[in-house]
Amino acid sequence: MPYTAIHARSEIQRPVSNTFILTSVLVALFLNGLPWEGVWLMMRPDFVAVVLLYWCMHKPWRLGIGLSWAVGILADVADASLFGQHALAYTVLAFGGVVLNHRLQMFDLRQQTTHVLGIMALAYSVYAMVHWLVNGYVVWMYFIGCLTSTLLWPPLCILFQAMRQQPVERE
Amino acid sequence: MESTQSFRFFNRGPSPMVRLVFFAVLSMLLLFVDARYRYLESTRSTLSILVSPIQRVASWPGYLWQQMGDFYITQSRQHNLIAENEELHRQHQFDAAQLLQLQALQAENQQLRNLVELPLRNEFSTKSVEISYAERDVFNRRVMINKGENADIRIGQVVMDEAGIVGQVTRVYPWLSEVTLITEKDHAVPIQVLRNGLRAIVFGAGDTSQLSLRYMPVSADVQNDDILVTSGIDGTYPPGIPVAKVIKVERDPAYPFANITCLPVAGVDNRRHLLVLSDLPGMPELPAQQPAQASAEKRTKIKRKN
Repeated sequence: MPYTAIHARSEIQRPVSNTFILTSVLVALFLNGLPWEGVWLMMRPDFVAVVLLYWCMHKPWRLGIGLSWAVGILADVADASLFGQHALAYTVLAFGGVVLNHRLQMFDLRQQTTHVLGIMALAYSVYAMVHWLVNGYVVWMYFIGCLTSTLLWPPLCILFQAMRQQPVERE
Repeated sequence: MESTQSFRFFNRGPSPMVRLVFFAVLSMLLLFVDARYRYLESTRSTLSILVSPIQRVASWPGYLWQQMGDFYITQSRQHNLIAENEELHRQHQFDAAQLLQLQALQAENQQLRNLVELPLRNEFSTKSVEISYAERDVFNRRVMINKGENADIRIGQVVMDEAGIVGQVTRVYPWLSEVTLITEKDHAVPIQVLRNGLRAIVFGAGDTSQLSLRYMPVSADVQNDDILVTSGIDGTYPPGIPVAKVIKVERDPAYPFANITCLPVAGVDNRRHLLVLSDLPGMPELPAQQPAQASAEKRTKIKRKN
């Protein structure tokens, strides 16, 4: 996607409603909560992480590091992981997103995805590292999720852009 | 919107870096407190009230899928169903015969125990529970069951299915409880080899659905296909319930211990309905010179860690 296309599109986008952001996060929590098992669990992209990263990149003043941390705490409760494990990972992720926000205008989708891979790898390593420190072992297959999360990025980006544009076209 | 916001210099609050450090430190503090002292269980169960609706909704697709599967089975495979029914009837008759024998044995056992004045083995009651969902974490082998404080589930209660031990309740929420499976890394169950009464401890392997019998000398009398049952000497697991079956024994004289792999007898990974045992008989008081309280606490601590 050329640089001009993104730039032109972002200009006609309407401000995002809080309901949209909240719904997207809830849907992501729901998708994470589906009964994944075995290989599928390892392949599962972290929907919450991807959605949080999207909002941190596009609207860092609406959903920033603080709220990401709060969502992380909820994810900790949902997964019964240690308190703060997801929260720490999502904080790092959100920071990556906020920093990337400044450069967002310069990148097309492909370049963004490369950056997203880096941020995801960082967040996943933070999570795995905490687990390693507390329990003393790491399941390496866990990092497959990092790749699938990154693969989810372009479709999610396009989908969200389209959903944000829709009301404008109607008017 | 973005272009106007990049000019807002003063009302943004702290910079992202400051926020990152603040929340990272906060998370690490929570991690430390949770991993080390487990003070936050009440907070966790309060927050679980917020999260559990989402989880309930998320477990519907799986449930519907199962229902649909059941529907098609009843529609298309009636013959199979009839055959299965017959098979179950046969099994039931067979079991009933064995059960009668068991009752006779139980009576005999009680008589003998009366004769030698041993305390009786107490019965326990069971509660039937259903798995709400498995935990979405590659690292852990835990499941959530659909009863919690409301059904008087307690931490440390034993969970089994019709074949053997499945795990142990490790956390209790108002309407849910978390069960740590015996295949969880370093989860320990004290066992006896059924064939010769050898006592040992079986540990979960963590990354596979297997168990391992650690710290057994190379010369230990363990063979393939040995059944391991709970020894009951820890006071947590009732005695005599099947836990695992030995599938591989590797004896390498270079190492002091044999490498023994077992498979759980119970359907640890593929059951939906489980039983929670309650009202287990308590342990007799330990002798006075050993502080009973302290060692008991230590034991539960170790259990919980696992």
